[in-house]
Amino acid sequence: MIECKNLVKVYKNGDVETTALKGVSFKIEKGEFVSIIGPSGSGKSTLMHILGALDTPTSGEYFLDGHEVSKLSDDELSEMRRNKIGFVFQAFNLLPRATVLRNVMLPLLFTDIPMKEREARAREALKNSSLDESKFYNHSNQLSGGQIQRVAIARALINDPAIILADEPTGNLDTKTSHIVMEAFQELHKRGHTIVLITHEPEIAEYAERIISVRDGVIEKDVKNNNYKYGARSN
Amino acid sequence: MVRDLIEETIWSLTGNKVRSGLTILGIVIGIASVITMVAIGQGAQNSINNSIQAIGSNLIIVMPGAQRGSAVSTGRGSAQTLTLADADAIQSQVPNIKGVAPEDSKRYQIIAKGTNTNTEVIGTVPAYASVRNVTMDAGTFITDQQVNNSSRVAVLGPSARDDLFGTGADAIGQTVRIKGVDFTVIGIAASKGGSGFNNPDDSIYVPLTTEQHYLSGDTYVTTISVAAQDQNSMAAVQQSVTDLLLQRHKISDPTQADFSIMNQSDIIATASSITGTFTMLLSSIAGISLLVGGIGIMNMMLTTVTERTREIGLRKAVGIRKIYINLQFLAEAVLLTFIGGAIGVLLGWGASIIVSHFINLTAQVSMSAVLLAFGVSAGVGIIFGFYPARRAAALSPIEALRYE
Repeated sequence: MIECKNLVKVYKNGDVETTALKGVSFKIEKGEFVSIIGPSGSGKSTLMHILGALDTPTSGEYFLDGHEVSKLSDDELSEMRRNKIGFVFQAFNLLPRATVLRNVMLPLLFTDIPMKEREARAREALKNSSLDESKFYNHSNQLSGGQIQRVAIARALINDPAIILADEPTGNLDTKTSHIVMEAFQELHKRGHTIVLITHEPEIAEYAERIISVRDGVIEKDVKNNNYKYGARSN
Repeated sequence: MVRDLIEETIWSLTGNKVRSGLTILGIVIGIASVITMVAIGQGAQNSINNSIQAIGSNLIIVMPGAQRGSAVSTGRGSAQTLTLADADAIQSQVPNIKGVAPEDSKRYQIIAKGTNTNTEVIGTVPAYASVRNVTMDAGTFITDQQVNNSSRVAVLGPSARDDLFGTGADAIGQTVRIKGVDFTVIGIAASKGGSGFNNPDDSIYVPLTTEQHYLSGDTYVTTISVAAQDQNSMAAVQQSVTDLLLQRHKISDPTQADFSIMNQSDIIATASSITGTFTMLLSSIAGISLLVGGIGIMNMMLTTVTERTREIGLRKAVGIRKIYINLQFLAEAVLLTFIGGAIGVLLGWGASIIVSHFINLTAQVSMSAVLLAFGVSAGVGIIFGFYPARRAAALSPIEALRYE
């Protein structure tokens, strides 16, 4: 599903070179729910951006669903992001003046999919991320943090992607809302989606089955989560 | 896909009405001010040209030169060197002329029943009416018979009539007194719309012979107006008149001529250089408006795109190809500039009409001003709306999303 071989990412800022990733290799199988955890500056966000085809590595190989992503052009990367990857951002990144439905349908813009089907898919995705139907025509700035993040999750789901990547999805949410959102991810996992989650909070990381710890640009630990707590909060 | 493009564009523009409104406003003001300024400039130019045309067409004017030979030189035009005989000679010997109108004019105090005014009394002949474009509002102009008989009749200009008998009064048959001599009013000339020092409306026409006999007491004339057949024969007519008068006055050196000769083209050329300066001034103001407007549009567009770099990053992050992002921003810029442009043209047009009402000239909207103003605004709007968006769309989504 996902295979990374010796990923290196170097940022250049004038004369200063910062190595964010110093050779990272791992595999994620279809249907896994993986947390990548690490303190800030560990390189976990860089790794996430490369996994999400938002950025390309300086060296190393990244295969997603059999495609070598690091070799793709800008347009091919766009196609990849649209068809294979659902990205959930920490900052939500919704269009503020657009309705919920419009936000969710955003990835389908400029495709051949007819309007009716787009809306049907958006409704389905919103249902799967458990947003109440009464909110579908609200503007995103009229929603609470938890609701916004569910809209963002629905947007990530709309193309039925091979992998859902979440970059600190609870970073801007309070504890209670964080758990609600994490349970939504667990629901998706239960339905067979592959999910990779980035966080710096161990408590959030524990929602996943497998935890990869990153520190100073290298993988420190890659372990099965023994405290996997599916449904722990649902009752 | 096209439908998506149209929908996204309209949604995006209507979604932020303040931003779109301000951008359109910048374009509107830039375009409207340029169109109005240039229209006023051109209107002024036309109005001046029209008043020059009103003194007659294809006109050549002969005036006496300065008096020479004595120790004190008097001013040009003051000498008494032109006579009625000169005018008759021009009439009979110069080809391609439509008419010759000698005149002897001087300002007098005119007295009517209980009122008086000071105005120009022009002693002339019937040909004056056709040569100098005098049309009649009421009554008749001077006839040949009245000239032959030195009849004491007068034709009043509309302003002179208003001053003496009251605005719009029927003065025909009334009497005016000039230098102690009574003249019967036989006609009122139509207004030429002139103004200022040399107002053709504020004058009184009397037969030339009457003027010479009762008023000036000599046989000299102050001006001989010659109308050429057409524009093309003017140069030839002017030359012939010059040669004839030099010969008649027995002057061999043309630089010593005791008369001066001027044609209407010279007057138009002088006036054109004045109105040209005027138009230049207005055009400069318009150009500055356009520049300021353009900078306004540029600022708005740059700010907009900078603000929206994150949005561009998001669109890329969810997998929209950069070509569609570019197209959308291009469509937005085109739509904004065209809406603004259309409103600006209409507003400029309207303003020109309103200005025409308030100041006494017909502002003329010129197509070149419309195209120039529209072109510059649209160019600035589209370049600064599209180019930064294109750059933002070329960034990696992460760079764009992080853009502050």
